[in-house]
Amino acid sequence: MSIVKNVACPVCGTLCDDLEITVDGNRVIGTKNTCAVSEAKLLNFSDPGHRNLKPLIRRDGEMVEVSWDEAIKRSAQILAEAHYPILYGWSCTNCEAIRMGIALAEEIGGVIDNTSTVCHGPSILSIQDVGIPTCTLGQIRHRADLIVYWASDPYSAHPRHVERYTAFSDGRFQHSEWESYVARLRGVLGKKRLSRASELTLMKDIPLPAVTGEKLPPSFRTGKRKLIVVDVRKTRSAEHADLFLQVEPNKDFELLQALRLLVKDEELEVNEIAGLPVHLLEEVADALIGCSFGAFFFGVGLTMSSGKTRNIDAAIALTQDLNYRTKFVIMPMRGHFNVAGANVVSTWQTGYPFAVDFSEGYPRYNPGETSVVDILSRGESDAGLIVASDPVSNFPREAARNLIKQPLIAIDPVASPTTVMADVVLPSTFVGIETEGTAYRMDRVPLPMKKLVEPPETCLSDEEILRRILKEVRHLKEVRGET
Amino acid sequence: MRELLVKNGFVYDPLNNIDGEKLDIAIRDGKIVEKTSNPKILDASGMVVMPGGVDIHSHIVGAKVNSGRLLRPEDHSKDVEYKTPVTRSGVGYSIPSTFTTGYRYSRMGWTTVMDAAMAPLKAKHTHEELNDTPMLDKGSYPLLGSNWFILEYLRAKEYDECAAYIAWIMRATKGYAVKLVNPGGLEAWGFGRNVRDIDDPVPNFDITPREIVQGLCRVNRMLNLPHTIHVHANNLGKPGNYVTALETMKCVEGQAGDGKPVLHLTHCQFSSFGGRDWRTFRSAAEEISEYVNTHNHVTLDLGQIIFTDTTTMTADGPFQFILYQLTGNKWVNCDVETETGSGIVPFHYKRKSFVHATQWAIGLELALKTKDPWKIFLTTDHPNAGPFTAYPKIIAWLMSRKARDAVIDRISKRARRRTVLDEIDREYTLSDIAVTTRVGQARSLGLNRKGHLGVGADADIAIYDINPQKEDLPANPGRIEKAFKNAAYTLKDGEIVVRDGKIVKAVDGRTFWVNVKTTPSSIEIEPELQKVFEEYYTVKYENYLVNEDYCKNSDPIVIKPKI
Amino acid sequence: MKVTLLTGRTIDQGTAKEHGKLSTAYFENVAVCEIDPDDMKTLQVKENSTVRVTTEHGKVNVRGRTSKRGPHPGIIYMPYGIWTNIIVDPQTHGTGMPSFKGIKAQIESAPTENVLTLQELLENLFGRD
Repeated sequence: MSIVKNVACPVCGTLCDDLEITVDGNRVIGTKNTCAVSEAKLLNFSDPGHRNLKPLIRRDGEMVEVSWDEAIKRSAQILAEAHYPILYGWSCTNCEAIRMGIALAEEIGGVIDNTSTVCHGPSILSIQDVGIPTCTLGQIRHRADLIVYWASDPYSAHPRHVERYTAFSDGRFQHSEWESYVARLRGVLGKKRLSRASELTLMKDIPLPAVTGEKLPPSFRTGKRKLIVVDVRKTRSAEHADLFLQVEPNKDFELLQALRLLVKDEELEVNEIAGLPVHLLEEVADALIGCSFGAFFFGVGLTMSSGKTRNIDAAIALTQDLNYRTKFVIMPMRGHFNVAGANVVSTWQTGYPFAVDFSEGYPRYNPGETSVVDILSRGESDAGLIVASDPVSNFPREAARNLIKQPLIAIDPVASPTTVMADVVLPSTFVGIETEGTAYRMDRVPLPMKKLVEPPETCLSDEEILRRILKEVRHLKEVRGET
Repeated sequence: MRELLVKNGFVYDPLNNIDGEKLDIAIRDGKIVEKTSNPKILDASGMVVMPGGVDIHSHIVGAKVNSGRLLRPEDHSKDVEYKTPVTRSGVGYSIPSTFTTGYRYSRMGWTTVMDAAMAPLKAKHTHEELNDTPMLDKGSYPLLGSNWFILEYLRAKEYDECAAYIAWIMRATKGYAVKLVNPGGLEAWGFGRNVRDIDDPVPNFDITPREIVQGLCRVNRMLNLPHTIHVHANNLGKPGNYVTALETMKCVEGQAGDGKPVLHLTHCQFSSFGGRDWRTFRSAAEEISEYVNTHNHVTLDLGQIIFTDTTTMTADGPFQFILYQLTGNKWVNCDVETETGSGIVPFHYKRKSFVHATQWAIGLELALKTKDPWKIFLTTDHPNAGPFTAYPKIIAWLMSRKARDAVIDRISKRARRRTVLDEIDREYTLSDIAVTTRVGQARSLGLNRKGHLGVGADADIAIYDINPQKEDLPANPGRIEKAFKNAAYTLKDGEIVVRDGKIVKAVDGRTFWVNVKTTPSSIEIEPELQKVFEEYYTVKYENYLVNEDYCKNSDPIVIKPKI
Repeated sequence: MKVTLLTGRTIDQGTAKEHGKLSTAYFENVAVCEIDPDDMKTLQVKENSTVRVTTEHGKVNVRGRTSKRGPHPGIIYMPYGIWTNIIVDPQTHGTGMPSFKGIKAQIESAPTENVLTLQELLENLFGRD
């Protein structure tokens, strides 16, 4: 039995790197510093019930086991024959595999797109419109005295974000507001660790001063850290905020623009915006200006609702405006553990963060045209390669239907609706558990992912699978005299 | 055994006092040798042969550069590179993708490029991109001027500890030189503030920029690092800032013991602004050049302005915020915990703008008024003052008064009155060009294998199709520009990688980094570092380190310190 | 009843996903719809009985549950997953991003109908010839 320390967690964009994993034989038997999702993944990943273990090819409608060579050859054939293949996924693998994937996309003249296209794609478009004042997460931990989660529910999607980087964290110039609170809790809750305090706080359902009120709570008159949550419903995160602002669905843009006006000392000649009284918003604007370091975190609640890119434009513009008055930063809450890496690698190799089209022989980028949901909705592609993602579940029905109509290759360690519907299934290893590599945290800090256990002998890493496919594609093209 | 003989070229090798003589260069296994036995012949008759170009300061990779790429799809779609059987595809005019960056440098005959800045916390990112930048040997400078550990060591005057820390961080980040950007100012920017001059204390840290510059200069010498400290001065880009630049250079005068340079002031064009405000803005190149002409402890690089649409990006967050306020353009800021900041603003330098045209003249005045080309190097602070692909154009300006006059005639009239460029007749010789674009840079970097064609040097060679004996180059600036734009040949480690401006072979370069071998008696700071590390950072100590396998072709330069 | 449909992550969906998307846990945590307590009464939906959610892009049966995050009358909430994605708006408005939140929908009680499992749903939606 051994304990591996400083393990980066292969689940969400928070990329906590303080996990301690107990390994016995070739199994993970214990975890420390994990959240619920992380623990579920690390303890269940090897469950044979949902693991892909052998390369499979669809023959006469049935999936049959084949050798790796045959599966690679079939995959390469599909891709080399296709005129406009799409290569999609990439946010749950390492940067090494993404590099290989881009080389493959370039070789076959396909489109490579990552999951940010249906996640923070609009945020990226918005950054390309107006820029973004941001920072690494430690900057917030050390300095921020006002933290706003907008359309983001870290409790559900990024469970340790608050304790590691924001309201519950301890920094050089700012201290955790929950320290004394947590100290009391520790007595009550026994051995549970301090670092899990945020989760514990919520499990115990302790009455907290969270309110949607007419006025700011008294805590706003202190220099201490304050937490505001803005959302369309009272999320779990909202329950431990100092202030919760419930915005009407699809009205975020109005609210953001109203705050921009208030921050610029303009008057609003209405009583209510997006379901919130203007006099409260005036106080909120004063709090935004009054802080010495403020931070907005926004979730896909802004990118997926009405306005999309324009919501983010407004949020970033508000942050930029605030920098004339104080220090303010903004950051998207990235979902998968390496979705930021997928953008980063794609950008340095091709100039563009997602939706990159190589069909002309050089990288081309026009989201809405070269993004996979649009390509699929129009039925333009003629083959698909999916890496560590499940678009059959996650895409709108029409897009998913067109994806399935075409020859489909799925590289995934686990079974999913996508692997169930695929024509070739290539069983891969788990990055961060069975394969090492680099991943980028949501603030684009690169971290090494560790190998904790040996993968099943029949599985290969994403990178190795892609390398073999690329080699075979080049071979096929050579045979046909295309190079 | 791979042998090649470069025959009959006009060789410019200033380090070995060869000035355009017709000579053969013998190459074996990537190195320059005395003679070869049975070599392939490369006929360079009627052409200029120089060491491969060296760039001491260019933002080519890493977190900030990549954010710039992400920010500017409009920069990319106008300048694309197709995939070929030997090269990868790419895009980008002012901030090309990594493969494209390597190819474009190589086409101009450049073979070694130093990335100007990396945040240590994001060093892995820099190295991942360096691995994807082909054709070049390269390295990168960790940003250390607002680093908490350093501010604290220097405040306490713990120079030995500071030296041990610098040695550690060079290993930890696989870094090459000590980089300071707006020393102390970036810590202040963490709360949206800045420092006003080199004696304005850093908030919360009780140390001045002067003490930071002096302290790091001292530590740099203790460690015997190959390059000097590499300084982007305080108050960059502000009228009247030449005073700050002079103060910065003066404050280390006392440390210039052995006549060698101890400080490199980078992109000095941006630090040679006169006047009190933008209205009274003028060139202060004369003041800077005069100082440099009478002192031997500094080197400079230019940061020459090009009239074009480019992307400004520096670690100097407050400066970038000023540019954002001035232009109203899109603005990226990214502060890095415990270490540094950064900012990006697209910028269009225009001939008819009084300020931009004056900046253009400042750069050339600095280059022409500084007498010794060993003290001032050609850069554009790529992409801040313009993309590196403009080097051939700048070479033409330096070599030809005619080329400069053609531009002076077309710039803002007000700018013409505030500068003295049109009074300068000096024209660089090819030997001067060799010094300012490669030889001097290699020497300043302490890269003994680069920047010359003597026996033992790496066979990185550029061959340009110009005949200095037959052609009147100053009268034909177009010829100069064309020749330097497309090298007739570029040799990397003795292999022909470019022919007639086209990549014929893709190669990976090395990554240089500084491995300071501390003696057993020196101070052990690592246990102490590990203890406080988690208080300072949101990542674990172990995960911060860049292992050597992050460098595709790691080439550590082993240093014995003087501690 | 006319409502606004929101979709998003939940910690249960996140955890269940790690047990495999073909697992019972995933089905039980994802094929659900959280409804405001008062709306539950109005619609006469019993806890965990079937509701039908219809949008202009399709309809799906899931289990109705009383929202613990109420009151939010007129808003229903479904976790990310295939049950949701067959009824969301595929239009990306030139951004590449479909509309996953704030979608106009109709909800009604359908106690006698089944909720399709993932396998059944795939067969129904994309069944190969």
